[in-house]
Amino acid sequence: MARNRLSGPLADPAGEVGYPADHPERVGFFTDTSICIGCKACEVACKEWNLLPEDGLDFTGMSYDNTEDLSGTTWRHVAFVEQERPTVDLGMPAMGRDSDQVRWLMSSDVCKHCTHAACLDVCPTGALIRTEYGTVLVQDEVCNGCGYCVPACPYGVIDIRPDTGGAAKCTLCQERLGAGSMPACATACPTESIQYGPLDELRARAERRVSELHEQGVTSARLYGHDPDDGVGGAGAFFLLLDEPEVYGLPPDPVVTTRDLPSMWWHAAGAALTAAAMIAGSFLGRKR
Amino acid sequence: MTGGADAYYGRPVIKPPVWKVPDVPLYLYLGGVAGASSTMALLADLTGRDRLACAGRLAAAVGATASVGALVHDLHRPLRFLNMLRVIKPTSPLSVGSWILAPFSGLAGAAAASQLTGLLPWAGRASATAAGVIAPAMTTYTAVLLADTAVPGWHEVYRELPFVFAGSAVSSAGAVGMLAAPQESAPARRMAVGGAVLELLAARRMDRNAGMVGEVYRQGRAGAVLRAARVLTGVGLGAALLAGRSRVARVAAGVCLNAAAAATRYGIFEGGRESARDPRYTVVPQRPA
Repeated sequence: MARNRLSGPLADPAGEVGYPADHPERVGFFTDTSICIGCKACEVACKEWNLLPEDGLDFTGMSYDNTEDLSGTTWRHVAFVEQERPTVDLGMPAMGRDSDQVRWLMSSDVCKHCTHAACLDVCPTGALIRTEYGTVLVQDEVCNGCGYCVPACPYGVIDIRPDTGGAAKCTLCQERLGAGSMPACATACPTESIQYGPLDELRARAERRVSELHEQGVTSARLYGHDPDDGVGGAGAFFLLLDEPEVYGLPPDPVVTTRDLPSMWWHAAGAALTAAAMIAGSFLGRKR
Repeated sequence: MTGGADAYYGRPVIKPPVWKVPDVPLYLYLGGVAGASSTMALLADLTGRDRLACAGRLAAAVGATASVGALVHDLHRPLRFLNMLRVIKPTSPLSVGSWILAPFSGLAGAAAASQLTGLLPWAGRASATAAGVIAPAMTTYTAVLLADTAVPGWHEVYRELPFVFAGSAVSSAGAVGMLAAPQESAPARRMAVGGAVLELLAARRMDRNAGMVGEVYRQGRAGAVLRAARVLTGVGLGAALLAGRSRVARVAAGVCLNAAAAATRYGIFEGGRESARDPRYTVVPQRPA
């Protein structure tokens, strides 16, 4: 069962779940990390618009990142990677260790709004739904806080909110979309590192940008999450990265866990029948 | 990845499960005992072993009720437990599981109530029969529940885990039968032995096929708990073989095999959590060779 409804490319996730043919285009984010300046305006705008509480002022000691990761109350997270690496020797006088310089990688992470979203698949209450925009949304008033979506997400995005007990993550500012506005983070981003729009358009723009960077000699530029043939059927929020995904805390090649669900149920059924046969077999023979 | 140098400050890539201890390991263990006990009760009833049937029905009812209790207690919004039955979602093992657990615990409870009060014996018997037929599903759906996540330690072993849980459930239910119905315990003893053998073989296979993530089940707390579980299973297995002649052996088998079943569930739960906390187990298998 290599290609089923649980994995593989899917042109129209909203249509797949029954929205009428005139539903809006699938939208998403293209985060171009090559022009991120690490200002965290996206984090702040997200918190403000979505009325998310602060998470406490922790000093993590890891670069400039005191936000740490995405959580139930943090739906945008700017990763800061501080890399010391040799640079081109220009023969200029220098101080100290002139062979090493710091390279900064900054990237604003967010929910990927997967084409095949494990969180949505495993949710037992129907609290997680696919919206008319093809995004993935938690209906807080339905969620009973079972927490199944949390370990199901291959990107470690969704989490239980400590203050409400419900699962929470990026909504792609659903209510702003309805009003014809852009999500808060994309609106606030001063460098247009976070770009919002119809997914097809963003994918085309990202391809152009990556070739442009390659022409400029930035050979490490690569797209992440843009491919409809990948393990989650392509992400609704994808990225241009300048290093391996794991450097930014992203999984290199995630696969939606439910891809293997039919096989899991077959194995469970086989085991249940084995248990039944074993119990029945124990009652054969003389009575005592 | 050399150490944490390439990873993002050694932080986990996926979120470790928010499920609590002891709630979820207990839920896994109790559901297994309850399921296998219920089928044992059905067959004991059909073969005229009244005491064993009674013991099985009570164990099924107590186990299922406590399992539901542990599941509800683990929710972050327990008052909304019934939302579990709001939809039927084949893609959600917890939804499918709720639709197995809810009717099973209702039927098992009704059967036990009838048994204890003597009221409506025909309805009690019908409930016990229906519960006993659903019951084998109770022993393995929880394996799918764990495996259908991004947790490497659970997902990687999705083929073997249901068999580990099935063996463990059958052996612990047999052990309950040995403790509660000594005069009719021959089939229960065979369940205890067969289940323990299946559990040990499946666990061995799981260990061999797990790849690099298998080490979470050999190291640290999970490793210690699972080693204890194997020793308890081995001792329980030996005691069950001798239990026909010795009361001490019978009780030892009953206690050891139930402790082993609970420890197996906790060890696998803990190993999975460890595999989620360490980014290596997520990143390395995903990198192109």
